[in-house]
Amino acid sequence: MKLTSEELDMLEGKYGKAVQKSMEILTTLGEIFDAENMVDVYGVQIAGVSYANLGEAGLEFLSEIAEDGKVRVLTTLNPAGMDRENWQALGIDEEFAKNQNHVIDAFAKMGVITTCSCTPYLIGNTPHYGQHIAWAESSAVCYANSVIGARTNREGGPSALASALTGITPKYGYHLDENRHGEVLIKVNAPVNGTDEFGVLGKIIGEKLGELEKKIPYITGITNATVEELKSFCASVATYGGTALFHMEGITPEYNRYPKPSNITVEINQEDLDKTRSELIDEDLEIDFVSIGCPHASIHEIEKIARLLKGKKVKKEFWITTARPTKRIADEAGYSKIIEDAGAKFAADTCCVVAPIKGRFKGIMVDSAKACYYGRAKNKFKVKIGPVEECVEEAIK
Amino acid sequence: MCGGGNKMKLKGRKIYKGTAEAEAIVTKDGISFYGGVDPDTGKVVEVGHELEGKSITGKVLVFPTGKGSTVGSYTMYRMKKNNTAPVAIVNKQIDTIVAVGCIISEIPCVDKIDISFIKTGQKIIVNGSEGTVEVK
Repeated sequence: MKLTSEELDMLEGKYGKAVQKSMEILTTLGEIFDAENMVDVYGVQIAGVSYANLGEAGLEFLSEIAEDGKVRVLTTLNPAGMDRENWQALGIDEEFAKNQNHVIDAFAKMGVITTCSCTPYLIGNTPHYGQHIAWAESSAVCYANSVIGARTNREGGPSALASALTGITPKYGYHLDENRHGEVLIKVNAPVNGTDEFGVLGKIIGEKLGELEKKIPYITGITNATVEELKSFCASVATYGGTALFHMEGITPEYNRYPKPSNITVEINQEDLDKTRSELIDEDLEIDFVSIGCPHASIHEIEKIARLLKGKKVKKEFWITTARPTKRIADEAGYSKIIEDAGAKFAADTCCVVAPIKGRFKGIMVDSAKACYYGRAKNKFKVKIGPVEECVEEAIK
Repeated sequence: MCGGGNKMKLKGRKIYKGTAEAEAIVTKDGISFYGGVDPDTGKVVEVGHELEGKSITGKVLVFPTGKGSTVGSYTMYRMKKNNTAPVAIVNKQIDTIVAVGCIISEIPCVDKIDISFIKTGQKIIVNGSEGTVEVK
């Protein structure tokens, strides 16, 4: 790899231990993937924040890095294992809370903005079209590459942190034009509406790409899509297919930048949507938990939930997971009061995927196909997917 | 490959510096450090894995490539701190999880090695700085 003199100095330790370790990670990755050089990044999103995943060793690693490491670019964090203000009400134990706070403190010491959200693009860590970034968090990577047209590989926790501390990433993979072409033409021949249905579509396409051993779909037949629908789709297609980039005709900014693929075509019809939806509804289901906000709920979604809950009382545990800045907007707009008066709970900074809630509930209802996957695999819940309206109805009935 | 008799030296690619000499433990299966290995005991716990129930502590771990969650890099770091880590890693093709895990845990690592030449129980020397593996 060709390194600049500053990059060589960083690798030799002239900028301290944390920067040196970071450069070792980045140059090794660059050499593995045949990058010719590094590229400056505008921003970083770090994953590996929940203490449930990091453990004592992860915390120790981060504390060591925090001794002399300081971020050089705008850097935000993925969800943590708990709401930092409201953890007791959500049933998180004190020992976990203490350790989780140590993790977040270590990041804060490095200058990371400790927002703890999987939707950095909704709360100010928002790159522009064509900008290079280094993001972890598979759903946000997919959103940034596809919906915004920024450029990032799927980073892991340590490699994203390494980019934050150096401001660079090796230029390979999705940073290069030649790796961003659509490979499979996906024709959607049925209307797709709502966050849940976009999640269902994401599962179909993700699994189909896995079978074909392809990475980048070019999707036609979608006439309209909201930010919320696209974020749900991104989370699902990334979960079920490892997809980091898609093009959607008339919707995403790069769809006509590269040739439309013509070798492989996949058709998706109404019966495919129905069949896949039924796969996301378990039998012998007893729902005792409803959760909305995977990925983190936008202010638009919170406004809608407040409208649906106004004057009602929930009878089941109901979480709305979101970024704390979004929650603050909801507080000021009066939505939080309506939602909390109905007995629902905000879980800011965290989500139903990373919080330590394994086995606490029997069945979960969500509007997210990603939440179904982790609800089953990680938390051993039975699951049901449905539109936001039905989720709220389930909670109050 | 060069050398004669029982000795041979395989040339691969440097992933992380340092040298180590130990007994090899070889598998044809991929390894997922997150969930697939118990960082407290150093044993492989993935159900159905060729090495299920075997300890990788203190060995040179030889396998085709890594798999699974990126949290696996932190699991490797935890094993190093617990003294349950392998002393070196040899891969056919490195993946990012194991590469980053070796760097943060300072475990010598070499890839692009034809691992069919290495058998479990053989003494081998890994030179991560030169990218070589010597079978004694």
